[in-house]
This record gives sequence, structure tokens and C-alpha cells, in this order.
Amino acid sequence: MTLFVEGLRNTLAGPFTFTVAAGQCLAITGASGSGKTVLLRMIADLDSHEGRVTFGGVDRASLRAPEWRRLASLVPARSGWWAETVREHFPPNLEAARRSLATALLIPETLFGRSIEEASTGERQRLALVRALIAEPRLLLLDEPTASLDPVSTQAVEMAIAQRLAAGITVVWVTHDAAQAERMGDVALHMNSGGVLAA
Amino acid sequence: MTPLSLHAGDIAIAAILLVVDAALSIGLRLRFHRALLIASVRMVVQLVAVGYLLRYVFAGHSPWLTAVLVLAMSLIAVREVAVRPVRRLVGGNAMVALPNVVGVVLLTACFALLTAIRPHPWYDARYAIPLVGILLGSILNAASIALTGVLDNVRLQRDAIEAQLMLGATFRTATAPLVRRSIRTAMVPVINQMAAAGVITLPGTMTGQLLAGADPVDAVKYQILLLILLTGASCLAAVGTAYGAMSRLRDDRERLRLDRLR
Repeated sequence: MTLFVEGLRNTLAGPFTFTVAAGQCLAITGASGSGKTVLLRMIADLDSHEGRVTFGGVDRASLRAPEWRRLASLVPARSGWWAETVREHFPPNLEAARRSLATALLIPETLFGRSIEEASTGERQRLALVRALIAEPRLLLLDEPTASLDPVSTQAVEMAIAQRLAAGITVVWVTHDAAQAERMGDVALHMNSGGVLAA
Repeated sequence: MTPLSLHAGDIAIAAILLVVDAALSIGLRLRFHRALLIASVRMVVQLVAVGYLLRYVFAGHSPWLTAVLVLAMSLIAVREVAVRPVRRLVGGNAMVALPNVVGVVLLTACFALLTAIRPHPWYDARYAIPLVGILLGSILNAASIALTGVLDNVRLQRDAIEAQLMLGATFRTATAPLVRRSIRTAMVPVINQMAAAGVITLPGTMTGQLLAGADPVDAVKYQILLLILLTGASCLAAVGTAYGAMSRLRDDRERLRLDRLR
């Protein structure tokens, strides 16, 4: 499903207008504080803003906000956790999908029985990705998903996302790493300071 | 049974204790004698004024005067609830405190006056005003703890709340853990009060009645009624305030609007 973003802006960044075709990955690079996270949060409808988003021919405004966020999942750079153990953050009815994805992302199964404080930054980042992916969103908004990962785990994450892309989901991937943007992005844009996107 | 009467002279003898306190403060350089003096004078002046005011109101049988006094007491409680949290909602914390404090005190006071206590007329100031006073004390406690729990902790819980929103949870589900925790904390004082009643402490109302010469079993009946009313009112105030405060931080797109909190 194709993503259309038109005139998305708030007081911090924008306006942003671009299109990402179905099954494609838009890679966005740029300096810290240039507005990349703000853009992803606006697409996910987490901050108040102006502008219009259409996905697969459906106007975002016609959907209830929780419905939209199930369709368009944001995985933030700093993940949030609301329960004590790791396992409690995953719905029990998606256990099979969780197991296979955890294995693919090199997360040890024993981690799920522990408390969330015991998970390292890199583990939390991959856990947050598992949590988002098993809900099967059609649009994936990734904010630096491999920032605290070693090269092996980074490759595992890139492979998992590449599989989803091949299955037809649309991805917006924010990264500091120009080489990663080159590898993963079908289209690449650069965010200049002040929140202006350029080719 | 005739209540023992208390004279000004008797109270003056009790005040020797305060003089001893002040002497200790001066002798040991504790430096609280000034504050003690001011507080003691305030206490006496305020209570004597309230005594005369209540005597006047009780004698007047004017429902309007009773209503004005109840409203004034409620508004002071609203202010206390609103200033307790460090954080301020845009538009003022009183927006949340006002409907909950006033609504709950009127609801519980009318309920008790029309069912359990049943004075004639039901709005008789002699019953209505002391009841409203003691209810407001508990409501103030519960509402201010619940409001502080939500407003002062929501910023720390931002990542946890938004993580759930990002997965498509409703605002209500995502904020439920914080709201529930705030309500539970607000219920602690009143639950403690019930659990300790009679074993660890003799509640104030009952003590006052016993000293004034009432039969212990009669005093206990009133105390049980009061504790039930206080608990009921505290729970309603805590629930209303916590949900009310949280709903101020939500918009029509179910976003967490921390920009509405200063």
C-alpha cells in the first residue's frame, strides 16, 4: 500500500510532502535534532500537527487513532515498557510468531522470563521491534532501529525487515548510517537542519 | 448523662503545657517558640470565631446561610487540592478539583442526611455543617493524592504510555496503570484509618463524644457511620480526580498531550 504524506508540519519541523510506494523503503538520514523523529511521530499521529496522510487509498483522518496506529506502527529509538517482566509486553495469542521472530533477531528465549531492567539497550531495541512486527502493521516507521546493535544483530534486523518489504509492507527508516540507508532504502532523503527534506 | 462543662479557667490550666513547651524551646534554643505562639493564638481565635459563627448559623435555621457556608468550605478544599501537585494543568488544576470535590461532598452529605441521620429538617445546619466539614477533610486528602499521583508522575511514564499507544492501544488502556496506581495510593489513608480504628487509635469524633459524656456504644455507632461515609467519599473523589486529570491530557486523536502540563 502506498503512503502519501502531504504538508505535514508542526512548530518544530516541516512541511513534509513525499510518497513511498507499496513494498518500498524510504531511508531518511540527517543530523541529530533535525526533525527526523518529529516526522515519524507526526505520521504515527502522536503529536498535534497539520497536514494529511493517506495510506493504501485510505485517509488517516477517517480512521480512529488506535486503528491507524495498528496499521502504521512506530518503533521509537527509546522504547517504553509498562510491565515488570519482558514476557508481559507480548500478547499470549501471538506466542508462535514471537518465538520465531525472537530467534531470527538473536534474542535468547530465557530473556522473556526476566524483568525488563535486566535487558540491555540493544536487547530492548530488538524486543521493541519484535513487539511491533508480530502485530503485523502494514506501514513500519523505524527510528534508528540498529543504533545500539553489533554488526551481527544489525544484519539480522536488516534481514527481517527486508523479508517484510518483500511481503509488501511499506517502511520509513530513519538512520544515521549512510551505508545502511544505501543498503535498505529504495528511495533516500536527507533531512537538513530546520526540518527540510531534500533528495 | 450530663456532659462535664469546661470553663475558660480549666483551659488556661491546660495551657501551662504550652508555656512549658515555649520554655523548653527558649532553654534548648529549639527556636520554635515564636511559631508556637502564633499557632496557638491562631488556633484559639479561629476556633472561637467558628464556635460563635456556628452558634449563629445553628440558631438561624436558614438553609441559605447553611448553603453559603458549605460552599465556602468546599471552595477552600478545592484550592488546597489544586495547589498540592508540583505540576499545573494549562487552565488550572481547579478545573479538575472543583467538580470532584463539590460533587462528591454534596452527594455523600445529602445521602447521609436523607437516609442514615435523618434530622428535621434534613438540611439542619447542626448536622449538615459538621458532616460536610469532616467529609471535606477526607475528600481533600484523597483528591489531592490522586491528582498529585497523575500529574507529577505522567511525565516519567511518558515512554511507557506512548509505547502502548504506538501499538494501537486506546488512551484509556495505555494510561490505566498510572491512573490505577494513583487511585490506590489515594485510598491508603482512609483504609488505614478504618483498620486502626479502636485498636491503635480512638478516632477524633469518638474521643470528642466520649469526653463530652456520651455512651461509648452510641459514640461507636456514629463513628462507624462516619468512617463508612468518609471511605465512600474518598473513593469517589479519588476515582473522579484521577480520571478527570488524565482526560485533560488526552485529545480527540488519543494522543498524550504533555504540552498541556507545566
